[in-house]
Amino acid sequence: MPVQELEKTFQQKVDNEIRIEPKDWMPEKYRQTLIRQISQHAHSEIVGMLPEGNWISRAPSLKRKQILIAKVQDEAGHGLYLYSAAETLGISRDEMIEQLHSGKAKYSSIFNYPTLTWADMGAIGWLVDGAAIMNQVPLCRASYGPYSRAMIRVCKEESFHQRQGFESLLVLSKGSEEQRAMVQDAINRWWWPSIMMFGPHDTDSQHSEQSMKWKIKRFSNDELRQRFVDMCAEQVKLLGMTLPDPDLKWNEEKKHYDFGKINWEEFWNVVNGNGPCNKQRLDARRKAWEDGAWVREAARVHAEKSAVKNKQHIAA
Amino acid sequence: MAFFKKNLYGDYGDKEAPTGGGAVKTSANEWPLWEIFIRSKQGLDHKHVGSLHAVDAQMAIENARDVYTRRQEGVSIWVVESKYIHASNPDEAESFYEPANDKVYRHPTFYDLPDEVKHM
Repeated sequence: MPVQELEKTFQQKVDNEIRIEPKDWMPEKYRQTLIRQISQHAHSEIVGMLPEGNWISRAPSLKRKQILIAKVQDEAGHGLYLYSAAETLGISRDEMIEQLHSGKAKYSSIFNYPTLTWADMGAIGWLVDGAAIMNQVPLCRASYGPYSRAMIRVCKEESFHQRQGFESLLVLSKGSEEQRAMVQDAINRWWWPSIMMFGPHDTDSQHSEQSMKWKIKRFSNDELRQRFVDMCAEQVKLLGMTLPDPDLKWNEEKKHYDFGKINWEEFWNVVNGNGPCNKQRLDARRKAWEDGAWVREAARVHAEKSAVKNKQHIAA
Repeated sequence: MAFFKKNLYGDYGDKEAPTGGGAVKTSANEWPLWEIFIRSKQGLDHKHVGSLHAVDAQMAIENARDVYTRRQEGVSIWVVESKYIHASNPDEAESFYEPANDKVYRHPTFYDLPDEVKHM
């Protein structure tokens, strides 16, 4: 079948919400875009374990420590679901890790910010996971089967992440003056980076149109960002706190919140490697990989030896 | 006589990444890939949930427990090395499944019975 025919059939499937599975024909560009999108999503989950991992040993109570550990375990699991999905497209885990460590692959730049106080844990759960959920729910209907199934699994677990974050802030917001100040400070630092998670404005987003046509992106950056702002502007009131945006105002006509200008210079700076923690994050990942090499090799050799031993035992 | 090409599920890379990708790059040390199937409740089938890398079946099962059953999603786990999964070829699906297309008499609705016949 000529390529145009194959492309036509492929697009028809996508238009009719018929999922594309690993062995189905797909345009090479679709495959490459998905590999990039899914693997970067996976890298984000794994790197995302670092800012929160920082506070596991510093959690204020056993309950909060257990909750934080459970959340970080989930992030590892999410990374795995996504690496799994990416591997069905013809790339190996080793290659993806290599791309992350060399700086070739990106991960969500939100994780290049430091976690300075305990309230950061709550702010991250509420805002960062909240933004992730906003992005991930539509992806449950992405056109590529393994990706959409991975997203469904992720979304089931993600809602606990957001609830535990908000709940933690709620408790702090009813505490001492110091605790309340800590919450407001954390919100002040995490708000703008969180809304930057939705990516550049639609007008500056090059790949969006093709991704929408292929249904690996279902809503535009600005659309999702607006929904998120509207949601948080209401939720923050329940904390008795404010969002650090003097231009945040309800627009009765549009039925949405107007909000201030995003500092795109900061965004591009962080994306391109100049955020506060970029180097730290990658160093940590590389170190973990290198330090673990002997474990991976030992496990592999041990398994091989056991297999040989078993064969001999059966043969004898 | 059906000549179907043996398509190994884990057999990605050589066909799938023709330009720029080349063969799937793995290091000598990379652990094999396993497909994971979970039975969520007694009475149900095992369902495919994803994959993971492990050195042997024991590790695959333990890792699957850690990653795919954190919320009591499973009572039983099957692990199969990806290279042992064989799949039908989607490119040949039309001809492969064609025999069933004109056998509508396999469906109960094909048979018209009078209303008087109860419980059938």
